[in-house]
Amino acid sequence: MVINMVHIVPEIIKESVTNLVKNGERTDGRAFDEYREISLETGVIEKAEGSARVKIGNTQIMIGAKPQIGTPFGDTPKVGVLMTNTELLPMAAPNFESGPPDENSVELSRVTDRCIREGKVVDLEKLCIIEGQKVWMIFLDLHVLDYDGNLMDAAVLGSVAALMNTKIPTAKLEGDEVVLDYDNMMPLPINEKALMSTFAKIGGELIIDPSLEEEEIMGARLSIGITEDGSICAMQKGGAEPLNREEVLKAVSIAKMKTAELRTHLP
Amino acid sequence: MIIIITNLNTGTETSARADKRAFDELRNLKIEAGVLERADGSAYLEIGGNKVLAAVYGPRELFVRRLMQPNRAVLRCKYNMAPFSVDDRKRPGPDRRSVEISKITSEALSPAVFLEKFPRSTIDVYIEVLEAEGGTRCAGITAASVALADAGIPMRDMVVACAAGKSEGKVVLDLSEIEDKEGEADLPIALMPRTGEITLLQMDGHLTEEEFEKALDLAIVGCKKISEEQKKAIKNRYGD
Repeated sequence: MVINMVHIVPEIIKESVTNLVKNGERTDGRAFDEYREISLETGVIEKAEGSARVKIGNTQIMIGAKPQIGTPFGDTPKVGVLMTNTELLPMAAPNFESGPPDENSVELSRVTDRCIREGKVVDLEKLCIIEGQKVWMIFLDLHVLDYDGNLMDAAVLGSVAALMNTKIPTAKLEGDEVVLDYDNMMPLPINEKALMSTFAKIGGELIIDPSLEEEEIMGARLSIGITEDGSICAMQKGGAEPLNREEVLKAVSIAKMKTAELRTHLP
Repeated sequence: MIIIITNLNTGTETSARADKRAFDELRNLKIEAGVLERADGSAYLEIGGNKVLAAVYGPRELFVRRLMQPNRAVLRCKYNMAPFSVDDRKRPGPDRRSVEISKITSEALSPAVFLEKFPRSTIDVYIEVLEAEGGTRCAGITAASVALADAGIPMRDMVVACAAGKSEGKVVLDLSEIEDKEGEADLPIALMPRTGEITLLQMDGHLTEEEFEKALDLAIVGCKKISEEQKKAIKNRYGD
């Protein structure tokens, strides 16, 4: 995906959205700490071993998980592999074009991956079949269908749901051979449900779950991944404007509450 | 070495077809128009185990000037399969198959669109196969027509596509994945139902002249049935 056209936001819209925020309001009437409507379905793709479709407002992502047997990395011979890949489809927005992943797509993949990996969502050590030779590799593919702001939170929520939905065949060792038993599928070993909350800084205020309109004019963005016990597992700042210490700390405390709220959407 | 144990049904079926359909029976079909927010037009289609999403942008400015036509719009198609849409994960990005399908899809849809009304511009059609179970190119064309109509693009007709073929010695309509893989022939067509003009025709496999005629007629009947569902999808969204 390549974002080919620079989208120019009219100054008047920038000004009016900023003024609204300064008065404690948002264009769609939400509170500063209020998410848009969220819907989450799992098991939507039968050919994928795990899948989910997530919607936050009009933002929509389809996520599929597919396991494959592969070779572990040399420095982690006893650990399974998780690969996250994102496609910002050209159908998702008028300024998205097809092509190899660009920096926005790679950032989204990497931040999602970081939240899931560092949050230890999947117990990757249980995915080892033969130490140093054969491990399960889980490919997580994110297909962005409709882009209306805040892809990060949708990506992490949908990815965790898809991983929770994933079943892999049991792998047994018979001599030197790996035997896969498709009659005995087992769920992925999940030991954590780390989720992410994203804030946009507009007019000196922090607003959660920015819509596209808000993302286009925001000065800075802060995404925070939080585990079930409330500790922080991943962060990413975006945008050209700086953030101060108090803003960051405030965002963290709101994210703790809001990720707990998001977690109620998981099955 | 990796050995795979599967529980595929290999018992003999009472019906000639694996899924017990009659020779001229379509798989379950569902079409919905206007499913995406950002796209100018969109449609979602399920037929059997296929799940296909189509989106249309345009007519809009064409930035690639060398593709520009001075007297008409160009209709560009991108057919893409999700990595999770098939049994073995497909590597993301275009391959030879999807490039060919994109080309023939564009040629199948173009005759129906009043391209001459929009010189120097482009109409972009994006087809995403979310799950594949045989006959995705036809599903994509059928969905794309509904998305074009949903985008309000002026058309002579709504192009519809369907395949017929030969499986276990019999000419059958709308091949499933197994019938396509193990069958003797596959004949996907697209047509404009008002005039019956064919805008896509491909075949692979082996058919006698008589079998070909039978398969072609069967595919035309299939197209007409699917065409009714396309119209219903538009009516459901916009009323009569």
